[in-house]
Amino acid sequence: MLEIRGLTVRFGTTAAIDSLDLTVSDHEIVCVLGPSGSGKTTLLRAIAGLESIATGAVLRDGVDLTGVAPNRRDLGFMFQDHALFPHRDVRGNVAFGLRMRRLSGAEIDARTREVLALVGLEGFEHRSVRDLSGGEQQRVALARALAPEPSLLMLDEPLGALDRALREELTGELRELFERLGLAVLLVTHDHDEAFAIGDRVAIVHEGRIDQIGTPVEVWREPASAFVARFLGWNVMRAGDGSRSAIRPDALHVATDGAIAGVVVARTFHRDHFRIRVELANGTDTLEVSIRDAPPPTPGDVVRLGVDPADVVPLRR
Amino acid sequence: MRPAVRRVTVWALPVAFVGFFFVYPLVTILGRGLWPDGGLDLSPLGDVLAADDVRGVLWFTIWQAALSTVLTLIAALPAAYVVTRYRFRGRMVVRALMTVPFVLPTVVVASAFRALGFEHSIGAILIAHVFFNYAVVVRTVGGLWAHLDTRQVDAARMLGASRLRAFTAVTLWALRPAILAAASIVFLFSFTSFGVILILGGPRRATLETEIFLRYNQLDLRTAAALAVLQLLAVIVLLVVSGRLQGRRATALGLTPASESARPIRSRSDRTVVAGVLASAAALLGTPLAVLVSRSFDTATGFGFGSYDALTELRRGSVLFVPPIDAIANSLLYALVATVIALVVGGAAAFAVARSRRGGLLDTVLALPLGVSAVTLGLGFVIAFDPPIDLRTSWVLTPIAHSLVAIPFVVFIAAPVIRSIDPRLREAATMLGASPRVVWREVDLPVAARGLMVGAGFAFAISLGEFGATAFIARPDRPTLPVVVFRLLGQPGVENFGAAMAASTILMVLTLGAVLAIERLRAGELGTF
Repeated sequence: MLEIRGLTVRFGTTAAIDSLDLTVSDHEIVCVLGPSGSGKTTLLRAIAGLESIATGAVLRDGVDLTGVAPNRRDLGFMFQDHALFPHRDVRGNVAFGLRMRRLSGAEIDARTREVLALVGLEGFEHRSVRDLSGGEQQRVALARALAPEPSLLMLDEPLGALDRALREELTGELRELFERLGLAVLLVTHDHDEAFAIGDRVAIVHEGRIDQIGTPVEVWREPASAFVARFLGWNVMRAGDGSRSAIRPDALHVATDGAIAGVVVARTFHRDHFRIRVELANGTDTLEVSIRDAPPPTPGDVVRLGVDPADVVPLRR
Repeated sequence: MRPAVRRVTVWALPVAFVGFFFVYPLVTILGRGLWPDGGLDLSPLGDVLAADDVRGVLWFTIWQAALSTVLTLIAALPAAYVVTRYRFRGRMVVRALMTVPFVLPTVVVASAFRALGFEHSIGAILIAHVFFNYAVVVRTVGGLWAHLDTRQVDAARMLGASRLRAFTAVTLWALRPAILAAASIVFLFSFTSFGVILILGGPRRATLETEIFLRYNQLDLRTAAALAVLQLLAVIVLLVVSGRLQGRRATALGLTPASESARPIRSRSDRTVVAGVLASAAALLGTPLAVLVSRSFDTATGFGFGSYDALTELRRGSVLFVPPIDAIANSLLYALVATVIALVVGGAAAFAVARSRRGGLLDTVLALPLGVSAVTLGLGFVIAFDPPIDLRTSWVLTPIAHSLVAIPFVVFIAAPVIRSIDPRLREAATMLGASPRVVWREVDLPVAARGLMVGAGFAFAISLGEFGATAFIARPDRPTLPVVVFRLLGQPGVENFGAAMAASTILMVLTLGAVLAIERLRAGELGTF
């Protein structure tokens, strides 16, 4: 089990990670989700020991890792863009961590073959990593991180460098592999589809703090803050008393008897629907509305919008 | 070792080595030149400047360098144009061949022009300088020319400029920084030229460099040291002026990838231009070397290996103390030792420079040996390492001097390679369990190895051809090949001349072998990291 308590990392005067708490249990997959610049990568690097921490602690099974050199922490790290060793072939990359642990030649051979089979790269041992496709490089990086059987596997945007189709294919594969191996995993991504598909729990970070953490269903059903709601594509609206609520994506529709009035300020076309942006009478909120069948209003039109109360979630923050 | 300790070690070796073998001799010269009797005394410098003959030497040094620069630009600019703006088969080979003269030892260049029949004359000096520096202009100017956007010229033509006007207003204007840079380098090389002037200029045409050597040989150390100080000041002024000139030129140019701007040979006039330029380049650069090789086989008894055979024997009355063939062994041994030193010291410096935030400072310090002429270094060695610090009798002094000339090259080639290593590769190795020492061994060293090997190749080639410092410090019974060539050329007689040709040819072949090895390593470097 990995426990992070009150972790703070400062770059100069700004806190990239701000007294953050997080626990990853054995066999659990936690996805850290957030926009770029939210401190996700810094969190992983701080846990790894590659970034020095200002306050707080990282504990593995109750043992404080502060003061333990990064190379002795027994943590697996898969870097964004993979950071494969260009001067070594596939085998040399995968076997690296095993050599560092002074395994015998036979053990290294067996384990290398085993891990390469696990990621579907049998027979790739002597290929140069420079000649591999993006997907193959990603698999080698994964195999390299898995080979020494780390107590926790950390992945920084593992699918970030790949194109969309490949990413969707590998998302399922990753989840299946982690489950099969019973690994404790901490995965960082900016893509919510990826986080929700892979994680047992999803932690959404914002400005160095966790805004919300829970199972994918919990987070998706009930965003806790305006930031989370917007990040997941919900509309956020302020009521007269200042309280805010979130409206599920695609729940708004144009209706002559709708309760919300506003002016269309922009309209764009998206494959099978139009999307209009409506500025509300209160002047502070704008809502995004998808229109599939009805003739779309044009910018400047005054419209009324209706919504099913079941699709509206009050926000606490 | 703790990281801090390791960092200090990496710095300490190059600093100590360069400090003792470079800064100390230099300071000794300054001491002899400026503080002859313990107090600051500018009289040796004043005496030197007041002397008519020294003023003549200074004036000759400047004007021959200026004239060499202008002639080199005139000769090489058309070639820079042809090899960068036209696409034709064998273009890369042509470019490589044009670089050959530049990598040759200066005594080989001088020998080649002696082979052509040039005797002591100013013409011989100038043409040898053009021959030697041709590649500097082709490479420096061509390097920029290849990236100029041809559409700018098209735009000027569309705006009504004539072909000539468009060339001067757009192309020459854009090339100005490269031309200026090339001219600065050529001027500096010609200003500090030693072997060529000594061999082709004869006793009456002395530059600062050769005058230092002559005064030293006349045991006039006081004047030699004062001249060396003068030379040092002149080089510093040159470097500052050229740095200023080039600093001011920074303008944004619309640059394009090289491949787009070269065009195939289409019209008859294209063919005339390309053929004409290549033919004149072949005549200028190829003839001297071809004649050198052929004359090495041209003996009194007909064509054959006679001159080479003569290298194995010590002839009666010879200026040499050992058979010339020994010099080959000496040269190879010195080159090997110099390479090892340059690799160890330069490699440590490269890692220190690459990792340090203040790397720029060390960069500058290490570049100093490039600016200080080899002759000054040689003089510094013989003055500084005389008793009480007596190293003069040790042969190691020669390869140490060579390594000082080579160290900057090793650093400049290896440091950027080390700096370009993605820090995440080191972190990835760390996360897989590698300690800092193992990270260095497993990541830094293998990635830097190729850069270091290229640097080693340069060090080897530099040591083989080094003459300026060697002329001062090589012991008479352990001459190097360049020293043997110089001595043989200074002697009358057909046999001596033939032997000089043979020794030059051997030196040329050895140097080109080292350079070829470098090129092969470089070609393999083009993979993407």
